[in-house]
Amino acid sequence: MNREEITDLYFMDARSKLIDLAAFLDRLDRYEGADDYRMAAFRKTAAELMSQQPGRAARVLTAFSDPTEEPIVAAGEKGASGAWSGDKD
Amino acid sequence: MRYIEPHAHMVSRTTDDYVSIVTAGCQAVCEPAFWAGFDRSSSRGFYDYFRQLTQYEPQRAAKFGLAHYTWLCINPKESEDLVLADEVLSIIPEFIDSPNVLGIGEIGLNKNSRNELKVLEKHVNLAAERDQLILVHTPHLEDKLKGTRLIVDLIKSDSRIDPGKVIIDHVEEHTAAIALDAGFWAGITLYPESKCTPPRAIDIVENFGHEQIWMNSACDWGVSIPLAVPKTALEMRRRGHTEEFIDQLLYRNPARFMGQCPKFKLPLE
Ligand SMILES: [Zn+2]
Repeated sequence: MNREEITDLYFMDARSKLIDLAAFLDRLDRYEGADDYRMAAFRKTAAELMSQQPGRAARVLTAFSDPTEEPIVAAGEKGASGAWSGDKD
Repeated sequence: MRYIEPHAHMVSRTTDDYVSIVTAGCQAVCEPAFWAGFDRSSSRGFYDYFRQLTQYEPQRAAKFGLAHYTWLCINPKESEDLVLADEVLSIIPEFIDSPNVLGIGEIGLNKNSRNELKVLEKHVNLAAERDQLILVHTPHLEDKLKGTRLIVDLIKSDSRIDPGKVIIDHVEEHTAAIALDAGFWAGITLYPESKCTPPRAIDIVENFGHEQIWMNSACDWGVSIPLAVPKTALEMRRRGHTEEFIDQLLYRNPARFMGQCPKFKLPLE
């Protein structure tokens, strides 16, 4: 396959997701309050979309990840929030 | 087409799901032990769960002509309580020789805690002593990268374990190479929201190779799609991949990994 064929396959889907992201950011602005650690990570990571380097998906995933190496003392909650808070454990 | 569903929690699925996957070409379904969505009140809950996985669920699958295999463990979400974990670990040998048990799984980490690591190590030891295959669950979202590294380091440090007999499941773009470069197999889970979409799963295969990779739906009681594997076959055709390649990735690869356990047999072979 070539670039045009991949564009044919995925452009409409990606376009739709990009509009959804823009609408999500507009929606946040219309409601009271401040960004939490998840949105701080989101805004920082969104810059990857403009990168010219391959490996964007891995870098986005890594940017949302806990960068520490030591096991935590004890598991409190079971769930994950999608972004590393830095101090919630 | 034919395919294998190497990771599905069928105890949480309906009979209609069995009909759907068999109609789509599923030849075998493999069910790791996992969290029920709530914590069991005692090890007796696990005893009954293991009975369900080794006795009842294979009969249920057989009604649709489907081979059913399973993996046993206490999952990482319930591994914070070391006393409970030891009790459950002591039950496993009673079930491990059942004809449909392929190995120990899905073990691993959830929040990357010290106790989760201790329980993981005990499972790895049990697998080494009993020469069992291992199926590893890697943590969710922000915990996955750190957890995958901790898991891979722990298993690599046990010289009795052949990495070719271990699958690190739920890899994504940032963790696939951590598993594959260490000689482990890697599983890609096809979820509509978290984990991987079919287009991304195909990207991972195109970028990291296909020799030691399988794909699964990991369908359970949460948001998940039992037909995710055959739907990914459709996406692979759209991407120009051949039927031969689809068969290798979705049928022969999981058959090769699980075939390392002599109990694993396929109806067509
Ligand atoms: Zn699972």
